[in-house]
Amino acid sequence: MTGLITMDDLTNEAILEVLDDAERLLPVARGDTYLPLLQGKILGNLFFEPSTRTRMSFETAMKRLGGDVVNLGDVKTSSVVKGETLYDTIQMVDGYTDIIAMRHPRQGAAQYAQDSARVPVLNGGDGAGHHPTQTMLDLFTIRQAHGSLEGLKVVLAGDLRYGRTVHSLSHALTRFGCELVLASPNLLRMPREIVEDLTAHGATVTETEDLLGSIDEADVVYMTRIQKERFADEDEYTKVAGAYKLHANNLEGAKASMIIMHPLPRVDEIHPSVDSTRHARYFEQAFNGVVARMALLCRLLGVSVPTDVPQGGEA
Amino acid sequence: MSQEHNMRRVTAIRNGTVIDHIPSGQGMKVLEMLGVQSSTTVPVSMVMNVPSQKMGTKDIIKVEDRELNQDELNRLALVAPEAHVAIIRAYSVAEKLTINLGEEVVNVARCTFSNCITTNPREPLPHRLKVRGTEPLDLRCHYCGRPQDLDDLVHNLL
Repeated sequence: MTGLITMDDLTNEAILEVLDDAERLLPVARGDTYLPLLQGKILGNLFFEPSTRTRMSFETAMKRLGGDVVNLGDVKTSSVVKGETLYDTIQMVDGYTDIIAMRHPRQGAAQYAQDSARVPVLNGGDGAGHHPTQTMLDLFTIRQAHGSLEGLKVVLAGDLRYGRTVHSLSHALTRFGCELVLASPNLLRMPREIVEDLTAHGATVTETEDLLGSIDEADVVYMTRIQKERFADEDEYTKVAGAYKLHANNLEGAKASMIIMHPLPRVDEIHPSVDSTRHARYFEQAFNGVVARMALLCRLLGVSVPTDVPQGGEA
Repeated sequence: MSQEHNMRRVTAIRNGTVIDHIPSGQGMKVLEMLGVQSSTTVPVSMVMNVPSQKMGTKDIIKVEDRELNQDELNRLALVAPEAHVAIIRAYSVAEKLTINLGEEVVNVARCTFSNCITTNPREPLPHRLKVRGTEPLDLRCHYCGRPQDLDDLVHNLL
């Protein structure tokens, strides 16, 4: 069975179907409606590197739908530390579960897992590669705010070189005709091959180091964390990172409908003063991780989401 | 200097394979890929850095009593994508082989990206490179999706 390794595994039509399913599942994700669509199904959570939101939201999504979860647990105490290959781990978990969610430090690990497994694999992040379930929750959040994904102007800001969330998201947005502004320090620019791919597909892409100057025309500002360890010395980091911090004062000229997103965790790139503005969406975005993953779990397990999910009580 | 002159630098072969238009400096790598080593018993000739109208300079290899098959030719494509290969029988060109990589190159070279899952030698995986384009040669790793630098890829031949 095919899983979700990169956004190329979903057509635009399939993306919109998943977003529609997610929309209908909102009362289930909030716990207002009990809808055990995945009763009797087991998710194998294989997180070979740390994760809070992705792992927890997969677990929450499965449990809200009446399914169960088994966890690899801490890699340091699992058979991985004894030298087990990923192939062997996958063979074992494949036998225990109906679907696998995986994060791995090596790029390409999710594709390899899918090639080796009988059950579908959901890529929860592979190195600096892809993170398609994050992209789906990001698209859900954007469509929720703007009513559509078509033709928006989206600023992706911060670490565009190593940030896997922006790699997957940039491809998906341009498939819906969005215009991209890539705002990053020179050292952390989007990899050349990605920019070339985007422009080869007809996307309008602008690269800049000026985040604050890009805000007023934006429909979405997607912030990412700049990590100190990417820089050779701390002075350089301090100088660069300062230009990629948002404060409520910076948003005075922004469109009323503009939203600010962040895959979290944030450090200090979004000042708490932004939290109370109409633009802040990052906490809703994190919640949307549950609903988007619920819809994906249903789709990959071949379970249809009913069109008339009640807004409260037993379904 | 004429093409004819280049070919005469080494004697004509009776039966075997002539590989022409190898980028200068890659001839040794081609021999290595074809498994031609010091223990090889068939006569092998190579000329290096000879003038070429098309390439500036090039290498040429002649292997006697051995006919390259399509699989070997496809491996060759990673090092010398524009190579011309002729099968010689009774001093005449009996067949001209053209490179046809197909959609994927399997177990020929390992992905050049240092953080790819394929760098773990213990994983029992086939090394798969997808052919995205042939002119110029554009290969992407099946697993990590990274475009392959051909200069680096020749160091990763399996």
